Amino acid sequence: MASVVQLTDIQKIYDSGEVKVHAVRGVSLEIHRGEFIAIMGSSGSGKSTLMNTLGCLDRPTSGTYLLDGIDVSKLDRNALADLRNEKLGFVFQGFNLLARTTALENVELPMLYGRRRVSHREMRDRAMHALEIVGLGKRADHFPSQLSGGQQQRVAIARALVNQPQVLLADEPTGNLDSKTSVEVMGVFQKLNDSGITIVMVTHELDIAQFCKRNLIMRDGRIVSDVQVANRSRAEVEMQKILAAESQAKLIDHA
Amino acid sequence: MRSLFTILIALRALRRNKLRSVLTGLGIIIGVGAVIAMVSIGNGAKAQVESQVASLGQNVITVFSGNFTSGGMRGGWGSAPTLTVEDATAIATELSSVVGVSPEVRDRNQILANGLNWNTQVLGVGPDYPSIRSWTFAEGTVFTDQDVRSVGKVAVIGKTVADQLFPNQDPIGQTIRIRNIPFTIVGLLAPKGFNLFGQDQDDIVLVPYTSHMKRLSRRTHLNSILVQAVNAASIERAQQEINALLSQRRGNREPDFTVRTQLELAQTATATTRTMTVFLGFTAGISLLVGGIGIMNIMLVSVTERTREIGIRLAVGAHGRDVLLQFVVEAVLLSSVGGILGILIGVGASEVVRRFVGWPVLVSPFWVILSFGVSAVVGLFFGYYPARKAARLDPIDALRYE
Repeated sequence: MASVVQLTDIQKIYDSGEVKVHAVRGVSLEIHRGEFIAIMGSSGSGKSTLMNTLGCLDRPTSGTYLLDGIDVSKLDRNALADLRNEKLGFVFQGFNLLARTTALENVELPMLYGRRRVSHREMRDRAMHALEIVGLGKRADHFPSQLSGGQQQRVAIARALVNQPQVLLADEPTGNLDSKTSVEVMGVFQKLNDSGITIVMVTHELDIAQFCKRNLIMRDGRIVSDVQVANRSRAEVEMQKILAAESQAKLIDHA
Repeated sequence: MRSLFTILIALRALRRNKLRSVLTGLGIIIGVGAVIAMVSIGNGAKAQVESQVASLGQNVITVFSGNFTSGGMRGGWGSAPTLTVEDATAIATELSSVVGVSPEVRDRNQILANGLNWNTQVLGVGPDYPSIRSWTFAEGTVFTDQDVRSVGKVAVIGKTVADQLFPNQDPIGQTIRIRNIPFTIVGLLAPKGFNLFGQDQDDIVLVPYTSHMKRLSRRTHLNSILVQAVNAASIERAQQEINALLSQRRGNREPDFTVRTQLELAQTATATTRTMTVFLGFTAGISLLVGGIGIMNIMLVSVTERTREIGIRLAVGAHGRDVLLQFVVEAVLLSSVGGILGILIGVGASEVVRRFVGWPVLVSPFWVILSFGVSAVVGLFFGYYPARKAARLDPIDALRYE
């Protein structure tokens, strides 16, 4: 399999005056096309910094980062922005949708900043298609405030998908969701991964990480564990369990 | 392409915050509206004064006789018997910069006609007089040179005199008696209204100056000489030539006359209204500036409030320049749409003032275009700083901003 991300000895040092914070201390990592990775670790372990580096939002202090064959470390701010636009999709913990903007317009957003010329019609069609993939085709004209948390996160996923990225990056995508909705969102991710999309997500919930194929654990800026998930959870199965448990609870209530 | 989208993005952003957009634009709307209304009112006043000055005649120069001093008592201008008919003739025949000359002799008389009587100013003038003063006739015409030479008993009357002596009658061909001498009316002047000093210009009777001097006032000297210069540019030259000619005719004695031009009067009169217009415009301009500061204020708040939005945009691939442009375009859209609304309101307010307060107003296209331009520039100027602030945000910090 071709590697889509190649990190070699990445270091990140934050220099905030007197104290130098060594957030990432020499991470090397290779991610292949079609992988589904969860990065775990306690806060301060450097996983967010690594995620920002992967997301081309931040440049490493040293080390090289090849994204789809391009050396990211040497690019300027605008080139990084173009790279994010074309090769990466972002899903955030807090959804980060534009308020008072319809789901469709939110999904159109990355296409507005593309280097490639996109017609109004094509923009609409592609946004609509992305919404259909996450099962929200009928909610295209809804505002975020009219959608549930799970639905909002699915709009955010559609937005991340719309430019057909090489890698989908998700930073605690289920952090703001209840367990049932989390499973629902993980189901969307699994479906996307099954269709061949590479996904990297940060989470600190073990059961969520179980939905992924590969788990990394970070501590003190280093990767301390890198394992393939043996007993992978499937969203459909987990959902069945939750529904069964719910109806059980209802039966007890009635009794 | 990208910038087209930026305009779309800015429009969407403004639409998302309709109330705030309207309130932000309000400063500019009021500012521009005030500029337009104030300047229109000022210009209206100026135009009115100018038209009153113009009603005095076109390019008019007046020669007054000198003051009369007797036993230490000094009279005012026009009191000394120093100007003669010959002076007037000399000005008319010898100066090329002059197109019309009329002697003026004036006094007040009780006039009888039609069983009624009326006290009015009787002015002895030449046939050029109405044209010098741009005075047209409602009926009939002015007396001729022949009438002047023959000391004719003919008269031209103003509208007020006609109304007083010949109510609901045609005065042409009728007779009025001045000092018991019958004069036949040959012309009725078109109404001119009140002059700058509030005098009724239509309360007048014109007779040939010869008739005035020989039959009525029995004077040998003129009160003044009215001269019309060829054009506005030659007024000053004509003034100098008249001075020179009259001084020469007096053999270089101390000048016993004074030459005034309409220009001087016009300048004094318009200076006041110009000051007023500038003052009003300045005041209104300050409110426009305040409107601009209002825009900057809201844009700054907006940048802070929308930090996350900016972070999202940067994360999905917006360049700093795109964000800069978006916020600048938002500010310029706000201010220029505000400017257009302000123009409409200003023009509307001017119209209301004209119709209901009765002040003359003059909406000047120059000021409309200028204030629109200024409002757009205000948006650009006051929008730039907040926009730059937005564009320089770090995407990671912006996304984390709570």
